[in-house]
Amino acid sequence: MIYSENRFPLFGIMHQADGFPGVFAGENIRRNDMSVRGFMLGMAAAVLLAAATPAHAVVELQWWHAMTGGNNDVIVKLAEEFNASQSDYKVVPTYKGSYPDTMNAGIAAFRAGNAPHILQVFEVGTATMMAATGAVKPVYVMMKEAGETFDSNAYLAAITGYYSTAKGEMLSLPFNSSSMVMWINKDAFRKAGLDPDKPPKTWPEVFEAAKKLKASGHPTCGFSNAWVTWANIEQLSAWHNVPLSTKANGLDGFDTVLEFNHDLQVKHLANLIELQKDKTYDYSGRTNNAEGRFTSGECAIFLTSSGFFGNVKSNAKFDWTNAPMPYYPEAKGAPQNSIIGGASLWVMGGKKPEEYKGVAKFFAFLSDTDRQVAVHKASGYLPITKAAYAKTKESGFYKENPYLETPLLELTNKEPTENSRGLRLGNMVQLRDVWAEEIEAALAGKKTAKEALDAAVQRGNAMLRQFERTVTK
Amino acid sequence: MEKRSAFNHRFLPYALLVPQLAITVVFFYWPAIQAVWQSFLLQDAFGLSTAFIWLDNYRDLFSQPDYYQTIVTTLVFSGGVAVLSLSLALLLAVQADKQLSGAGVYRTLLIWPYAVAPAVAGVLWAFMFQPSLGVIARILRDDLGIDWNPLLNSDHAMIMVVLAAVWKQISYNFLFFLAGLQAIPKSVIEAAAIDGARPARRFWTITFPLLSPTMFFLIVVNIVYAFFDTLGLIDAMTAGGPGKATETLVYKVYADGRLGGDLGGSAAQSVILMIIVIALTAIQFRYVEKKVTY
Repeated sequence: MIYSENRFPLFGIMHQADGFPGVFAGENIRRNDMSVRGFMLGMAAAVLLAAATPAHAVVELQWWHAMTGGNNDVIVKLAEEFNASQSDYKVVPTYKGSYPDTMNAGIAAFRAGNAPHILQVFEVGTATMMAATGAVKPVYVMMKEAGETFDSNAYLAAITGYYSTAKGEMLSLPFNSSSMVMWINKDAFRKAGLDPDKPPKTWPEVFEAAKKLKASGHPTCGFSNAWVTWANIEQLSAWHNVPLSTKANGLDGFDTVLEFNHDLQVKHLANLIELQKDKTYDYSGRTNNAEGRFTSGECAIFLTSSGFFGNVKSNAKFDWTNAPMPYYPEAKGAPQNSIIGGASLWVMGGKKPEEYKGVAKFFAFLSDTDRQVAVHKASGYLPITKAAYAKTKESGFYKENPYLETPLLELTNKEPTENSRGLRLGNMVQLRDVWAEEIEAALAGKKTAKEALDAAVQRGNAMLRQFERTVTK
Repeated sequence: MEKRSAFNHRFLPYALLVPQLAITVVFFYWPAIQAVWQSFLLQDAFGLSTAFIWLDNYRDLFSQPDYYQTIVTTLVFSGGVAVLSLSLALLLAVQADKQLSGAGVYRTLLIWPYAVAPAVAGVLWAFMFQPSLGVIARILRDDLGIDWNPLLNSDHAMIMVVLAAVWKQISYNFLFFLAGLQAIPKSVIEAAAIDGARPARRFWTITFPLLSPTMFFLIVVNIVYAFFDTLGLIDAMTAGGPGKATETLVYKVYADGRLGGDLGGSAAQSVILMIIVIALTAIQFRYVEKKVTY
């Protein structure tokens, strides 16, 4: 048969092509991402590096992270700068996949007894990490033991609060932080007869604007948002100073009970259900996969992370800006302050004291004011120290780039309350999926807003109790 | 005179079996036993605290209405995938079995999708059907007037994952059907033709019955495929949504264990899945034993 002759050479070629990049293994190891191949190359390179390490003992510090593209470059650069700045320690960054992948890799490695020193964990993994007493080394303890100067007051409370105990002791070092903002297509605003320099401030204003936008060339999407639960449950509750969960949203204990099925959240979801019918609002999925709807011009108002900045800057072919999240004017005290998203660096437990000394040194290096300013300007992620924020502000940077200050203004809008300091819920990754499932059912017209949120709360509470059972045993 | 090869060493046959047995033990029995053991435990993600809770994980599982919904979803999904991929593959194989110019190219192209990794296929299909940017979604909306929205419409999401899973599996089925067709003696079909049987009748009364062992083998393989190998596809396309509309049993194992950190509950589900696949395999063996000679 001809086809069998066709097939084998073909496989041969594929195989060769697959093996080809292996020749250049050493060179671009850090940019080689995702694939098993990348991992294998990493292993090979690690072995080579280990063999090539000179006799005088350089302590290697493994840093597992989830950053791709430009943000990966930032990580590599930070490690290189640190390694060049001293000769006792060597930070080795390794890309481990998406946020959940990286966290799972860290957990699996801990179970196997070879955890990295530093693990980047996204904000929703905080409760899981925190509950793992013994598996992690709290940052404030490590800094104290290592004798590094460390003042928790130097950090922005709105950011570190998410990663601190109720007493304000910092458990992990915030690394890349962002918040949710409303991105606006100014050209579309002009076309719809709206003032692009006065973006809508309240939700009713957003709904009105979205109707006009829909009528003027955006038939499939007046406004939308990424991260459906982050936007419409988590940020919404904090921004209006209403509780999402008891015990200060879980910060004060794992016996927290969800309670976001009250008036404000129900009203908001009911509005979205109504607007979804004619696509004045159009659902964009659970994650940020559909952010392209903004940059492609399909949706002219889009709520998502401030970290979307780099993407908008390079891909949007129109005049754009961002504005703080909208609020309901009748809600008392709104807007309050927003909460953060992003990730922090956790130090894993069971390492040697001299290794912790190195990690502490590296964290001090990361917190340096000038370095924070530089990373902030390059990546769009928020500075974590007050000094870095003040310095960026003084330099006049925000006058030219006001959209980089929007999330900071939101986060520092008011002194955080019990409802707006942050969230600490176990199983948060899957909790978000469960909430999203209910919201999807509501937007599809299968449930009312109240029914959906009641079910989300009820199912979520069952999961929280399951988590509580595993951590308090 | 009969010639026999003699094994003087009593242990040689066993020694020859050892590598295969070792692989089976390490990659099947060991993890399977671990899963059974894990399913009786309540453990946090880091393995810092462990409690033995007997059958609580199973009890929890069967007290969730969601779990039954997931079983129904799995049956609908697997049934859809098996029926569509088998019938399309059979149709293509029958066409490819004819004397055609360029049949080799045609066959090679049909086999290609099998070499695509599930997650890659998932991303590919998700992109084509993505409501605002996808090529196919655009045709559906602009030319056919269908308000295509797999993000919210459960039926659309299910159709999408079934189509992608079918596309992945057609190649495999095609290969087996083609081989099966070529094994059917031409003389039988020619004799029927001489007797005046039309092509359709020849197919249903001769070809199809003679293909039945292949068919049955493929049904089992396809159901197992739809049960287990579609995890990457579903994860990349819908992540089980909207709601739980495309959450199959194997996806739930993944979601609860890996995303939810509930290792005990996830292990209990794997054990149930394992029982299902053992049952399926047993059926296959019984049937093939009876039907393998025609």
